Amino acid sequence: MKKYLLYGFLIITSVLTLIPFFWMLGASFMLDGKASVFPPVFIPEPFSIIQYKVLFERLNVFRNFINSLVLSVLVTLFYITFTSMAGYAFAKYRFKGKKVLFNVLLSSMIIPSQVTMLPLFLLLKYMGFINTYMAIIIPGLANIFGIFLIRQYCISIPDSLIEAARIEGATDFQIYRKVILPLAIPVLVTLAIFSFLGTWNDFLWPLIALTDDSMYTLPVALSNLMLEHTKDPELMMAGSVVTVIPVIIVFLVLQKYYIKGIMMGSVKE
Amino acid sequence: MNFKQSQTAAYFFLAPALSAIFIFFFLPVIAAFIISFTDFDIYTLGNFSSVRFIGFNNYIKLFDDPLFYTALKNTFYFVIVAAPLSIAISLGAALLLNSKLVKFKAIFRLSYFIPVVTTLVAVAIVWRFIYHPKFGIINYLLSLIGIAPIDWLGDTTTAMPAIILMSVWKSFGYNMIIFIAGLQNIPEDLYEAASIEGASGWQKFKSITLPMLAPTTVFISIITMIGYFQFFAEPYIMTQGGPLNSTLSIVQYMYQEGFKWWNMGYSASIAFVFFFIIMIGTLIQLKFQKNT
Repeated sequence: MKKYLLYGFLIITSVLTLIPFFWMLGASFMLDGKASVFPPVFIPEPFSIIQYKVLFERLNVFRNFINSLVLSVLVTLFYITFTSMAGYAFAKYRFKGKKVLFNVLLSSMIIPSQVTMLPLFLLLKYMGFINTYMAIIIPGLANIFGIFLIRQYCISIPDSLIEAARIEGATDFQIYRKVILPLAIPVLVTLAIFSFLGTWNDFLWPLIALTDDSMYTLPVALSNLMLEHTKDPELMMAGSVVTVIPVIIVFLVLQKYYIKGIMMGSVKE
Repeated sequence: MNFKQSQTAAYFFLAPALSAIFIFFFLPVIAAFIISFTDFDIYTLGNFSSVRFIGFNNYIKLFDDPLFYTALKNTFYFVIVAAPLSIAISLGAALLLNSKLVKFKAIFRLSYFIPVVTTLVAVAIVWRFIYHPKFGIINYLLSLIGIAPIDWLGDTTTAMPAIILMSVWKSFGYNMIIFIAGLQNIPEDLYEAASIEGASGWQKFKSITLPMLAPTTVFISIITMIGYFQFFAEPYIMTQGGPLNSTLSIVQYMYQEGFKWWNMGYSASIAFVFFFIIMIGTLIQLKFQKNT
């Protein structure tokens, strides 16, 4: 009996949690006005892809989709390279000022990124990067959280592997490239998902740093579209689907790594 | 390998990330601090030499600014209600999913977690329609139990609760995962020993689960608080800070002053007060942790 109650509760709450997505998906395939009815309907009748056509053919959302995709991939590539190098150095090298540097980085994790936005905008404007891809890539090159996560992981790699490679004549960079990176793939995948989803979903900074319709990422384009289409739920739902589906797919495929990453991030020193 | 070689290699590996962090994070933090003591505005943007140091004037003005107090009050309202609510729901979900009675855990966990990874702007737009006074799902569900339609986002008293509900929905899955990890770290024999001594389920929860989860709970409280303190897209998309500024958040006010009106000096001072509050909040919670 207790068991059935438990299942009943879990099923109802799961469905409630997912209802916004069901409705989003259903409404996105409806004709204009079909989603503005009482009581709400979830099944499109008739089924139509007109909203997606408007989105891609008239409103040129494809361009925004490409912006989001290219930026998320580029940021992730740089981010993984930069943080893995630094994290490895913190884990396996002795150097002057290591402890101080480490503690400074650790304590500055509390500084919210919003504090940097004004000067960062001025700096990038001065460099001529505002309203270009560079304005998004540059602040995403590295962050302290990523360095720590990599460091955490690299510490557990046995020194003997590194020594063995060194005896065989490998240079420091070769060791990083051929020994460390392959072993660190799980944590790299984790960080790659964080970075990809983070860049894809980000709103405030792209809203500030990108100023032309054609440069907008999907969330900025969507928020802009919302201003003119407050009364078009069907169109806005199609826009939301286009924005949300890629991240859901990335997550579903790689969820094991994502969940592990959250747990790793919650382990304190 | 000698120490010197090792040192050179280390700096080589550190250089790219640390220069990026130094130039595009630390320098801007310092610059923002300096700007907060200037009258940097739209004219300065055209001609940098016109900037003047005005001491603490921005901060003094801030404490006289009713709109700043409104933003501060709204942000605290949001954090103080949404954070405990989100933590309680996360814990409840984690306990349920950790129960031995439940199978197909992965499916339930996935459904609770999906909102976490989705794009905030997109789901805020979806929720705008869910809260629609005439056609929205929420009012439909309420109508089933005889409650008259509510203009959720259009009324000063319900706009914030509506945003809170959406934010809790969006993020409780994240904390749930951390709680599940915490629960799995509690040694099973503690519960067995308690069972032998005849402890009830509630007693076990109160004297084993909660104390053993305390470090996890502190960690979750800190990240939840910090995350919620930065809320911006929710009101920006759902209410534009309205009605009558009843959902204007600190970050939104900072954004408006800085990037809409280009009062950058003033906006920078808001940023630092914001930073200071987050820091105090974190320290208080860490202190709690030491005492427990």
